[in-house]
Amino acid sequence: MQVNIKKLFLLLVLATGLLQSCRKDEEVLPPTTTPVTPGSSSAVAGFFLLNEGNMGTNKASLDYFDYATGNYSRNIYGSRNPEIVKELGDVGNDLQIYGDKLYAVINYSNFIEVMDVHTAKHIATIPIPNCRYIAFDKGYAYVSSYAGPVELDPNSRRGYVAKIDTASLTVLDTCVVGYQPEQMVIRDNKLYVANSGGYAIPHYDNTVSVIDLGAFKEEKKIQVAINLLNMAIDSHGDIYVGSRGDYGDTPSDIYVIDKDDKVSAPLGVPVNNMTIAGDSLYIISSAWSNVEASNTISYSIVNTESKKVVADKFITDGTEAKIILPFGIAVNPATKEILVTDVGNYVEPGRLYCFSPEGKLKWDIETGDIPAHIAFTHFQLREAK
Amino acid sequence: MNLYGNLKWLFFLIPLSFFSVKSTAQFNDSTVSILDSVVVTGNRTPLEIVPVQKLSGQKLEELSEHSVADAIRYFSGAQLKDYGGIGGLKTVNIRSLGSQHVGVFYDGIEISDAQNGVVDLGRLSLDNISSISLYNGQKSAIFQPAKDYSSASAVYLASQIPSFEDSTNNKYKINLRAGSFGTFNPSILWQHQFNKKLSFTLSGEYLYTKGDYLFTYKKKDSYDTTERRRNDDVRYLRIEGNLYGAIKEGEWKAKLYWYNSQRGYPGAAVRQNPGLFPHEDRQWDNNIFLQGSWKKRLSDFYSLQLSGKYANSYLHYLSDPRLDVSAMHVDNTFRQQEFYLSTAQLFRLLPFWDLDISGDFQYNTLKANLVDFVYPKRYTGLVALASSFDFNRFKLQGSLLGSFVHETTNERKKASKDKQQYTPSIIADYRPFSNQDLHIRAFYKRIFRMPTLNDLYYTFIGNKNLDPEYTTQYDLGFSYAKTFKEQALKRVEGQVDAYFNQVKNKIIAMPTSNQFRWTMINLGYTEIRGLDLSLAADWQLTDSLAVNTRLSYTYQKAQDFTDKSSPYYGGQIPYIPWHSGSFILNGHYKGWSMSYSYIYTGERYSVVANTAENYQRPWYTHDISLSKKLKIKNKDCRFTLEVNNLLNQQYEVVDWYPMPSTNFKTIFSINL
Repeated sequence: MQVNIKKLFLLLVLATGLLQSCRKDEEVLPPTTTPVTPGSSSAVAGFFLLNEGNMGTNKASLDYFDYATGNYSRNIYGSRNPEIVKELGDVGNDLQIYGDKLYAVINYSNFIEVMDVHTAKHIATIPIPNCRYIAFDKGYAYVSSYAGPVELDPNSRRGYVAKIDTASLTVLDTCVVGYQPEQMVIRDNKLYVANSGGYAIPHYDNTVSVIDLGAFKEEKKIQVAINLLNMAIDSHGDIYVGSRGDYGDTPSDIYVIDKDDKVSAPLGVPVNNMTIAGDSLYIISSAWSNVEASNTISYSIVNTESKKVVADKFITDGTEAKIILPFGIAVNPATKEILVTDVGNYVEPGRLYCFSPEGKLKWDIETGDIPAHIAFTHFQLREAK
Repeated sequence: MNLYGNLKWLFFLIPLSFFSVKSTAQFNDSTVSILDSVVVTGNRTPLEIVPVQKLSGQKLEELSEHSVADAIRYFSGAQLKDYGGIGGLKTVNIRSLGSQHVGVFYDGIEISDAQNGVVDLGRLSLDNISSISLYNGQKSAIFQPAKDYSSASAVYLASQIPSFEDSTNNKYKINLRAGSFGTFNPSILWQHQFNKKLSFTLSGEYLYTKGDYLFTYKKKDSYDTTERRRNDDVRYLRIEGNLYGAIKEGEWKAKLYWYNSQRGYPGAAVRQNPGLFPHEDRQWDNNIFLQGSWKKRLSDFYSLQLSGKYANSYLHYLSDPRLDVSAMHVDNTFRQQEFYLSTAQLFRLLPFWDLDISGDFQYNTLKANLVDFVYPKRYTGLVALASSFDFNRFKLQGSLLGSFVHETTNERKKASKDKQQYTPSIIADYRPFSNQDLHIRAFYKRIFRMPTLNDLYYTFIGNKNLDPEYTTQYDLGFSYAKTFKEQALKRVEGQVDAYFNQVKNKIIAMPTSNQFRWTMINLGYTEIRGLDLSLAADWQLTDSLAVNTRLSYTYQKAQDFTDKSSPYYGGQIPYIPWHSGSFILNGHYKGWSMSYSYIYTGERYSVVANTAENYQRPWYTHDISLSKKLKIKNKDCRFTLEVNNLLNQQYEVVDWYPMPSTNFKTIFSINL
């Protein structure tokens, strides 16, 4: 009997030891590099793509495409920054390059991740709670944030814009704006901020805040339409503002703020995302139908001179049938290639499609989760030291 | 992103009316020998011919677990989703059908939650629970309410029934538990006998835990960080009274239950600037229910059972930007009410032929302070017709459940259309040898779950056009048991089942025109091929040394076949491991008891896209407990020391929700 017990325990200890030893340490995942197209020379060396990742998954990730080699590299941040705890962070909301730094706005991690644009190496983080988008002017970065001061009613809490010195990477000042501020553009030393009011459903904000950058004070608010998100400025100084509507009776549309801050009639084009290249405003939009349980998607171009829709689709070879839900859009300023990201069902990896200026598919590649924000760079990405 | 993000957060973490259950396990039932009280696997209950697994009595108590959720991990086919810590949401998914397909019954009546469709098993305390049983399909005793036929699998919890062996009419038991995470958990039980036919129990339990613990994230040759989980505190008070009555050829019982709690939600442990903008979300719950049942054999031919319940659950969720500047302000309250009535009638048509007709009615309401909320009311009628044939070595059961659902909202045209469903089940059991306890069994069951009131009516996200979500189960299995005399091995039991499940019309969240707006749609389709195995053995190694062992193993290939065009079509569904299992060893030597338990969860993926980014490493934990019974001033006392996660493995059940490292608990109990 005693022997039996001893055997039993021996077996137990052995089994425990065996099971314990076969668990491997987790490793930082290396990037996956795929040749997607023949190399070419271009004034633009490449672009970074920020994948948002779903909230709570800590899966914001950075991809890079290199024009010289035609290689697409997924997930480059972790292996270039192994010392950074928990990689890039949770929910990447904006990506921009200014000078020789790459700025990623990581919304749910509540900071701006600042990297060397040559190497994607971490330089600093700038903590800003609930940060949304970033814009630059004369050595300063401006970051919109939902997290303004809490007044009497915590339900109606305005957002703010933080002013950051791009040399010291510190917040110098803040300026309270409207409710849940989103994208920004700069014109004549003034910052135009789209206020959404997305937290206050159904009492959306409907204004664009104008901040005088000299005094860094809100100068006025321009009434535009409810639930504003997107902003873009054309070569004539006209500002395009996208309203998301209320997903119900009030449709999504685009408005133009002219040089005298007058607001145009709506252009009659719904918008999810938009970008300007030359005299063309590229617009992607989708409308959901609960009855059919599907999205109706459109890709259109508005001419910035005439403010008229000049093309009701900019993908011309039928590739749009493969795109489940377009999300990000960018146009290469040198080649005028059009980049469209597909987020699919948001949970699985997305896809990036590259089209010729004529709208023919050149290449496509799998990305990280929720590919969304693209920044073109003039510097080829080097190996990190 | 952020807006939806916050809503989604609520959507998954607002749980759940739930209930913590009763107090104090019986530990000194001297009338029952140790061996008898630690039997685990099913098939000892002669009526059950579906796969059933059971943990009860001393064995359950010695598992050193706090909640029902922890104990269910030892059952094959069950996967627990655990957000970590004492207060973290814990739901169980049986055979990968989805956690909303599991019915949880407490002393015979379902704990339901029409709003979320899931019960947080982490809130059901094991204090005073005498047994936990898990049934695949349904309980095969056909004399039961129609509700018992209405879920794809079911967990039955039974509270301790008072027993008075000697002359006393009062028994008291006090439990004091204290341990890691700043946990203090006292409970008291009073059992009283008015007369031979009427007895009463009153129990109370309080828990306070700071809930914080250290956790580590590290990657090879790169970072290594240790942080502390915070805003993880829980406090609750549970008070429960039961009346038990005996009548001629029958019984009745009634229960009043009150649970009041407050807790913090620590959030996902994603990258943050250390010390800045911590999660401060909090939740308050208040749940009351009153339930009762009456059962009598009125004649040889006819038996009747009546049951009823009223439940009222209040939930308040607060995310306050004054405490966490990064947070969206959320201050939501929800109140659910439920009225439930059931009759079950059993007709013994012939000695081998029983017929059951059961009819249930349930009325649910939900109020919430959400914008544009439509205040749904749901009327559910259930009618079950079931019959069983018992030809000694061959048993056959069939049932048909009719479900009729009507809903109203405070605005016309916002209500979902009426639903009417008929779903069958067939169960068969064959014993090929009259002298061997070997059974071959099989079942087929088709059932559905209603879309929850959140699925249908949650402001902006809900979709009233949803259809029910269907499951179909096919199961073939064997069970075997043998008792030995005159040797160390006293008894072995084993069961193995192979199964194929389908989930159709799966209700999933889908982004609409943009990321700010999601909705629920019937889109998903999954197939599950699995194998459940459990083995148990009882040993009497010497006169005073008894040992029980139990082993379970589960294999599941659970695939998502929703979207043919997806490159991940057919991927393993999130958080379902291919291989998982558990092992328990209990030893009893004179007044000493030792329990060792081991849980293994194999590799999984957090998303149907089974990529390296979504890979989740296997994890396994070792827990031990040691206890000693003794008499102090002639009172039965027991001291217990528990060590959980003995080898201090850092693991996660859900990505970015770290689980506790090695932790301790001490228990002192005394019977008065």
